[in-house]
Amino acid sequence: MGLIVRFRSAVSLLGRFPALAGVDLDVGAEEVVLLHGPNGAGKTTLLRACAGLVAIGAGEAQVLGHDLRHDRRGVRRRVGLLGHASGLYDDLTVEDNLRFSARAAGHPASAADAAMTRLGLDGRLRQVRVGRLSAGQRRRTAIATVVARRPELWLLDEPHAGLDAGGRDLLDTLVGEAVSNGATVVLASHELERANGLATRRLLVAGGRVVDGLLGADRSDQPDGAENKADQADGPVKQAEHVA
Amino acid sequence: MLRDAGLVAAKDLRVELRSRVATNQVVPFAVLVLILFAFALDPDRGILGRAAAGLFWVTVLFSAVLAIQRSFAIEADDDARDSLRLSGLDGAGVFLGKAAAVALELLMLEAVLAVGVVVLYDVSLHDGALLVLVCLLATVGIAASGIVYGVVAAGLRVSDTLLPLLVLPVLAPVLLAATRASEAALATVPGDAWPWVRLLAVFATIYTVFGVVAFGPLLEEA
Repeated sequence: MGLIVRFRSAVSLLGRFPALAGVDLDVGAEEVVLLHGPNGAGKTTLLRACAGLVAIGAGEAQVLGHDLRHDRRGVRRRVGLLGHASGLYDDLTVEDNLRFSARAAGHPASAADAAMTRLGLDGRLRQVRVGRLSAGQRRRTAIATVVARRPELWLLDEPHAGLDAGGRDLLDTLVGEAVSNGATVVLASHELERANGLATRRLLVAGGRVVDGLLGADRSDQPDGAENKADQADGPVKQAEHVA
Repeated sequence: MLRDAGLVAAKDLRVELRSRVATNQVVPFAVLVLILFAFALDPDRGILGRAAAGLFWVTVLFSAVLAIQRSFAIEADDDARDSLRLSGLDGAGVFLGKAAAVALELLMLEAVLAVGVVVLYDVSLHDGALLVLVCLLATVGIAASGIVYGVVAAGLRVSDTLLPLLVLPVLAPVLLAATRASEAALATVPGDAWPWVRLLAVFATIYTVFGVVAFGPLLEEA
């Protein structure tokens, strides 16, 4: 199977700050890759770059065959990003939000209905405005928008945050189903115990770079050592200078 | 592009329908401005009648700024703008959808204001078809240019105060042309409306074409 994500020395600047300072990353089809590392390491920026939301200033970046240096828009309809914010319209109902999201991605309204049922949002919640939902229900709705879009690449940023135990189990099941249906998943998480159960590969991100990758078989015995390596990594500015 | 425009317009109008900001805040604001003009300019001296067209369009412009701000404020909730960019919708389609939603809201507002002008300012209609044409062309121009400048201001922290400074000077030709043409339609001041109607048509066309071409890249930078 070909590569779904291929980054080579990819640099992305947020203002003058190099949020990505020379990322090398390969993600194959149907992989579940866990990104971990300290706060500010660049995990969220890397996910947003994969979604075509962040400009790549130097290096190479290809996602689902789209060259992100020249065309960041083309890939967007094919990926689903679950970020820290829900990206939902507070004044619209759960159903309105999901139908808009599904239809924008080129799917029929039935895709939204199926996602609502899968996430337990049918029934009374269906017609409730998103602004009136609890934080957990809101998170479920955000996950449902990803499901309704039927993306080829799932990009999940702290996906378990804000979910109850049932919601976390359901999310893990959805990720498993997506992969078995041919999708690829890249997730960033600080909840390593939970996320390790999902991942087939774990990568350490620090200083705006992917500094280490552990194969699934090796990952269980070195979590602390990996975090220490992140702490010892060069700062992002120094890394960017090195790349330049 | 048209499918995407329809999706975005339906979404924006549904947001307004559910939030009722347009009906509960923008329309009352516009009617209040009309009433304040009536207080400021004594109806007995005939000034109100002669200035009715200008006051009508000044009120529409002020209300349009609110509607345009609102159109982008709903995208700022919980990073919905990222969601809109990630949706994969065509930039031109998003522009046309947003402009259509704002234009529809303004046309409904203008209908309410027209009744207000007749009742409060004591003017009568001379050429209804001309007035409808003027309203359509001016509204398309206001909505198209407003959405273009709205997305320019949207990504800035000072967008609420910056938008009127950007958009009101740009809309000066629309105010002038719509006022002159409306005066002819209301027969409050005699004159030939058609040169002004042509100016409105040119303005609306230029900003619609510019918006279709430029909105996508501008949204990326917002």
